[in-house]
Amino acid sequence: MELTDVWFVAIAVLFLGYFVLEGFDFGVGILLPVLGRSDAERRVMINTIGPVWDGNEVWLITAGGAMFAAFPEWYASLFSGFYLPLLLILVALIVRGVAFEYRGTRDSAAWRARWDAAIFFGSLIPAVLWGVALANIVRGVPLGPGHHFTGTVLDLLNPYALLGGAVTLTLFLAHGAVFLALKTVGEIRERARTVAARAGTAALVVTAGFLIWTQVRHGHAVTWVLAAIAVAALVAALSANRVGREGWAFTFSAVTIGLTVVALFTALYPDVLPSTVDPAHSLTTVNAAATPKTLGIMTWVAVIFLPLVLAYQAWTYWVFRRRIGVQHIPG
Amino acid sequence: MDALDLARWQFGITTVYHFLFVPLSIGLSLLVAILQTAWARTGNTVYLRATKFWGKLFLINFAMGVVTGIVQEFQFGMNWSAYSRYVGDIFGAPLAMEALVAFFLESTFLGLWIFGWDRLPKAVHLACIWTVAVGSAVSAFFILAANAWMQNPRGFRFNPAADRAELSSFTEVLTNKVLLATVPHTLFACWMTAGVLVFAVAAWHLARRSHLDVMLPSLRLGLVTTLIAAFGILISGDLLGKVMTETQPMKMAAAEALYESAQPAPFSLFTIGTLSGTEPVITLDVPRVLSFVATGSLDGRVEGINDLQREYVQKYGPGDYRPYIPIAYWGFRLMMGFGFLAMIVAVVLLWLTRKGRLPDRPWLWRIAVLSVVLPFLANSFGWIFTEMARQPWVVFGLLRTADGVSPAVGIGAVITSLVVFTVVYGVLAVVEAGLMIKYAKAGPPAEADVVPAEPGEEGGTLSFAY
Ligand code: HDD
Ligand code: HEM
Ligand code: HEM
Repeated sequence: MELTDVWFVAIAVLFLGYFVLEGFDFGVGILLPVLGRSDAERRVMINTIGPVWDGNEVWLITAGGAMFAAFPEWYASLFSGFYLPLLLILVALIVRGVAFEYRGTRDSAAWRARWDAAIFFGSLIPAVLWGVALANIVRGVPLGPGHHFTGTVLDLLNPYALLGGAVTLTLFLAHGAVFLALKTVGEIRERARTVAARAGTAALVVTAGFLIWTQVRHGHAVTWVLAAIAVAALVAALSANRVGREGWAFTFSAVTIGLTVVALFTALYPDVLPSTVDPAHSLTTVNAAATPKTLGIMTWVAVIFLPLVLAYQAWTYWVFRRRIGVQHIPG
Repeated sequence: MDALDLARWQFGITTVYHFLFVPLSIGLSLLVAILQTAWARTGNTVYLRATKFWGKLFLINFAMGVVTGIVQEFQFGMNWSAYSRYVGDIFGAPLAMEALVAFFLESTFLGLWIFGWDRLPKAVHLACIWTVAVGSAVSAFFILAANAWMQNPRGFRFNPAADRAELSSFTEVLTNKVLLATVPHTLFACWMTAGVLVFAVAAWHLARRSHLDVMLPSLRLGLVTTLIAAFGILISGDLLGKVMTETQPMKMAAAEALYESAQPAPFSLFTIGTLSGTEPVITLDVPRVLSFVATGSLDGRVEGINDLQREYVQKYGPGDYRPYIPIAYWGFRLMMGFGFLAMIVAVVLLWLTRKGRLPDRPWLWRIAVLSVVLPFLANSFGWIFTEMARQPWVVFGLLRTADGVSPAVGIGAVITSLVVFTVVYGVLAVVEAGLMIKYAKAGPPAEADVVPAEPGEEGGTLSFAY
């Protein structure tokens, strides 16, 4: 395997980690006004993700940094081309992150309601736009000479990409609902399971449709298998949720998200950003890459630190494994 | 204004803003770790209450550092795509390492620290805040490695076929002499920032004679930290000045508004130039000091702007290689000046409060409280100077700022993002300042509220909840 392929896989893994992890805390954020009927309930929900959301977000920062280092051309074309969607995502992540920290700092219903809205929209917008962005990467964008994006933001709002947005939205909703069912006790847990069943069913339809579309346009034998397992895992998640096996339901919804990302990256390979204008302008793992020297150094760093990160993040989830309910929330 | 100017404004605004929060995060995490260690070793709950109090302010601030940081990372690709293509092979690696090595550590262990009071054994919980403090200093190292390369590109080869700089030695990138001087200078500046904040807030309470038990030791901690840091800043700043003269002589000449080369060179205390900033009108100088600052010898030769301009035209082709002089000149002075002021306040206060005295002079306490702005101003001017006096280069001697901007991003997009960030940041600044003041005034929690439950106890309420 070439180093460029190693780093293509590494970027895919970082995005996979990001979507699986921040996927559920986006879901929790969107469900805040749906499932949290009182302030105490909303606090329970926020506290299920309180200790981990920032660590989850660093997967995105690492993915971005790794893309910059390993595929500078990809980073440059993608980030300048997807300018306005990224701006929206940034603003969403800003208000959302601040909201978690600041929501409880003043004892006023209006103050909390405002931050609750920030959490809702701050979770909803990226949950949709990441799907739109990922689908556009697979589909390709108008890249001209010098790998410059020559389209407008309207080029990014095509039906395939919008369906991609619906996929991430529904998957994250289901994933977040299952996570809440796993981490809470009492009424919220019951409600979360009901919502998980509904959101999961919607996700099943949308995701299956999207993966078939992807298969027809960009797929090959391997993506068939990945897509089929992804969909099957979602069915398994729904059944586990129905019988109250929340741990399994969460594992399966994580597998669905993970394999959907893997299927998309597999369909993309060996391109990293295809050009819809002329394949000669497409960015590939080869022409977008950094030098073997940089890739080699980065590989060593990743081999040492990525397992370490996984270990201490897994430990965090273990430390905070206990379920919480309204009775645990201090006054 | 074109897209280039707007992108520069955006970069300047968002980065200076990010660096309002970062120094406090880096500095306060250390002071909180020290206080918690004092509690762990002595069992004295005054230190625990101090830990919780300063910890709260630290968290309010940290959130802002985190969310504004993401913008920084994305912005290189969004507004500076040509720059990103050109430098990515070298510049991207430290950014990726910062995330992988430092940000994961900080964010994960901070979560453990905030929520882990009753979940973790005492020693492990203490180790969490130390990990955060170390992680934030490590993140400063990597980001400064990226920045030092822009000031003094090392360990690279230019590849004309790919039209980009490519890595030839990563060791040289990480041992760049600008980096080795910048890291201590910046870290000391961060610790001074936290030191001043701590003594200023403590002074507010002491003036009112409230919470003496927590605020007296806090005042002392803040003052001593400020003075140690000020000493470190002076030494590292002196070193940085010499490195800068060597690597970017134009920056030093601009910082001194030294138009003609001089040997020995005087240090300018005050200059009023023509509005265009191309000629001095009134000047007030101290003989030979600049020679000493720049070269370490009382009659070293310091090159002037006009000579350097001629030299650069020969070396890099026709063009204007002079940064905007007034900014460079005043940025440098204001950085030092505000820093000295903070240091003087700290010395005076330390003397007047020696052996636990509490002088009864309202103006003294008022000055101490107002000093809180000084390190923030010094930091901002330091960076504004560092970055703007490197112009017209974005990577010194290699790439001009004008050639680094995204060619395919329209002016409308840049205006939109500039306006959006400015508005969002403005609103958040008001909110954050309000919260900091509110919690600073509220003072430390009562003893009964702070003693954590034994780890592992099930069923009780959470020791901390959002
Ligand atoms: C509390 C903040 C603070 C204080 C009191 C000082 N500085 Fe500073 N200085 C910074 C905070 C700072 C900074 C914001 O952190 C900078 C920006 C870039 C850097 O590395 O540090 C900086 C940059 C900076 C540079 C430019 C480096 C470059 O462009 O390559 C020099 C030469 C000095 N400083 C020298 C000094 C001297 C001689 C000082 C005092 C006598 C001093 N600084 C006080
Ligand atoms: C936190 C401290 C920093 C501050 C306050 C700061 C501030 C600034 C300012 C004010 C400019 C505008 C200069 C001009 O346009 O004339 C600038 C430019 C720039 N800085 Fe920094 N900077 C900081 C650190 C960094 C670091 C660490 C990097 C790289 C990793 C960096 C990369 C850049 C780039 C790429 C530009 C070019 C854009 C431009 O010239 O406007 N800066 N910075
Ligand atoms: C322009 C260049 C910069 C970029 C691209 C950048 C990037 C980032 C990012 C992505 C984060 C969020 C991390 C998280 O979610 O935990 C962050 C926070 C942070 N940054 Fe920056 N940053 C820049 C400038 C600086 C400088 C100059 C320093 C230090 C000298 C610094 C130190 C930190 C620290 C310590 C944090 C942790 C949060 C905090 O302490 O407030 N950054 N930065």
